Amino acid sequence: MTKGRGAGGESAPEFVQLLTPDGERIDKVTGADGVEYTVDFTDDEYRGLYRDLVVVRKLDAEATALQRQGELGIWASLLGQEAAQVGSGRALRQQDMAFPTYREHGVLYCRGIDPIMPLSLFRGVDHGAWDPNQFRFNMYTIVIGAQTLHATGYAMGITKDGKVGNDDGEAVIAYFGDGASAQGDVNEAFIWASVFNAPIVFFCQNNQYAISEPIEKQTRVPLYQRASGFGFPGVRVDGNDVLASYAVTRAALDHARHGQGPTLIEAYTYRMGAHTTTDDPTRYRMAGEVESWQARDPIARVRAFIAKQQIAGDDFFTEVDELARRESLALRERVLAMPDPDPLTIFEHVYPHGSPLIDSQRQGFAEYMDSFEGSSH
Amino acid sequence: MAEKLTIGKALNLGLRRALEADPKVLIMGEDVGKLGGVFRITDGLQKDFGEERVIDTPLAESGIIGTAVGLAIRGYRPVCEIQFDGFVYPAYDQIVSQVAKMHYRSQGRVKMPMVIRIPFGGGIGAVEHHSESPEAYFAHTAGLKVVSCATPEDAYVMIQQAVASDDPIVFLEPKRRYYEKGDVEVDADLAGAYPLHASRVARPGTDVTVLAYGPMVRTALDAANAASADGRELEVIDLRTLSPLDLDPVFESVRRTGRCVVVHEAPSNVGLGAELAARITEQCFYSLEAPVLRVTGYDTPYPAARLEEEFLPDLDRVLDAVDRTFGW
Repeated sequence: MTKGRGAGGESAPEFVQLLTPDGERIDKVTGADGVEYTVDFTDDEYRGLYRDLVVVRKLDAEATALQRQGELGIWASLLGQEAAQVGSGRALRQQDMAFPTYREHGVLYCRGIDPIMPLSLFRGVDHGAWDPNQFRFNMYTIVIGAQTLHATGYAMGITKDGKVGNDDGEAVIAYFGDGASAQGDVNEAFIWASVFNAPIVFFCQNNQYAISEPIEKQTRVPLYQRASGFGFPGVRVDGNDVLASYAVTRAALDHARHGQGPTLIEAYTYRMGAHTTTDDPTRYRMAGEVESWQARDPIARVRAFIAKQQIAGDDFFTEVDELARRESLALRERVLAMPDPDPLTIFEHVYPHGSPLIDSQRQGFAEYMDSFEGSSH
Repeated sequence: MAEKLTIGKALNLGLRRALEADPKVLIMGEDVGKLGGVFRITDGLQKDFGEERVIDTPLAESGIIGTAVGLAIRGYRPVCEIQFDGFVYPAYDQIVSQVAKMHYRSQGRVKMPMVIRIPFGGGIGAVEHHSESPEAYFAHTAGLKVVSCATPEDAYVMIQQAVASDDPIVFLEPKRRYYEKGDVEVDADLAGAYPLHASRVARPGTDVTVLAYGPMVRTALDAANAASADGRELEVIDLRTLSPLDLDPVFESVRRTGRCVVVHEAPSNVGLGAELAARITEQCFYSLEAPVLRVTGYDTPYPAARLEEEFLPDLDRVLDAVDRTFGW
């Protein structure tokens, strides 16, 4: 338990941890929810997790670079949150459905989705269009917390479809942050999920900051403890520990798919970078704080563990770095090749059944464009 | 077969038909179950279709609309009841930022076949927040369609059409007219029905075009009857669809009459009347004998019940505006 009144601060939080920052494996641990957590990975799976973490971080760094070079309008970096995202993302089963914020690039990658997909949103080419049901991954939602209600409604639909109650049942994961925990929509989602016993996992990445505001501005109790007031279990996990993040999420999803209702997971982590590329974190936090979290890096501990356990050698680490380099280069080339949309697409897809008002505005705009000499329209 | 039904009963029967027609249709809202809604529009539906399809929700409007978004992504067709006009604002963010934009954001891959039913307008002697006319907020929002019924026949047909449509539709019900009766063709085939997004001449006339919707259609018709006794024939057009507007019949009418009065309960400032006046002026400039005049609620908060008769447009205020169109 944290000391003092706040949920953050200097006191070490009690959480589920299966891999220490030094790469020491903890066999099993019981969470605040009374559940015993462990993982049973093969060497190949450990290597796979490491590969995901490294690639996800490298792709993120590439996107930040693209923004700095003017190729993206903005980028929301996940730096520091790789373990929470890869762990929870890998815990999803094929039939599960995820509702992300705009920062879940790591979860998206783990769902097997082409990492180029959200880049059009950040480049300003479109609003991040894809079919949520095809990818089992909803579109990025920018309004803080709004997607937790969508996720809850979707989960209610799963129950209506009779797709809960066994191993093949479906579950939903709703991602949000510590800032969103203050939103009315998130609290309403908790109520709906609880009252309708919806098969959903609320996965809160507490990265300690809502842009500039520290967690103390959002809550006086540890966030995972909020769950008890809504009538379902809450658990805090070391969000920089990919093994624990996986174990806790997998258990909560299975709990949900078996018809046992929602869980709140608070993944205790840290946003190492800026909120987005428009932000300047040096205005509101000390370098020393960032350094202390550097020592808890989510990737370094997996590498230390793999090396210590001789799960892989130096060749493997070099291979992974090379893979990450190739994937990020490919991403860069595809971002640069993204064409600007046709101006007339402004008028497309406003309504499934169309609108005479928009038809006439489209026509007027097309005629206006055509009025310019040499226009291609 | 025609049956005499109130607007409220016609809506109830229309919702029943919608639930029968498609197992994906759900009704969600506060008190819509055993109580049948505070206006009894969903009376008996939970009993016949079960708690899984007619859902009493927690008392939180953003939650109603937000979870309906998720249910729509899952393939359901939610019909959400907002208990009163003044209680829709907690859901405003979900309606404007999510419901309205999902189809655009997804480039057509995600549809929101949702109906948001709102009893709107005044005239029932209620306390604050129970008599508002928020239509302009929604009509101003791209991605939403907005309709309002004025007769039992339209109530019965339009609610079914709205539920069957893949567009998200804000469905405004004239609450003070819930108890007015009229003939409803209950066995008529929806396929042959008058289109949802079309205005309609409610009463033909030659001298002045009067535009109204929802609760003000009755007021306009009463004014037309009174004017007729004085030798003036008003053409009353029931707009029915507020977004998109269907104005070809309006332009045709105004070109004949040369005069136009718009009537709504909502305040005039930046209201639907302003848009109508602008569009009519653009299209009928050379036919107009007078500016388009507006008869509306005042630009104040909705007053206390004992003042609402003065606040709301009525027969006399409509006739006064009609007179003024002859004064130019």
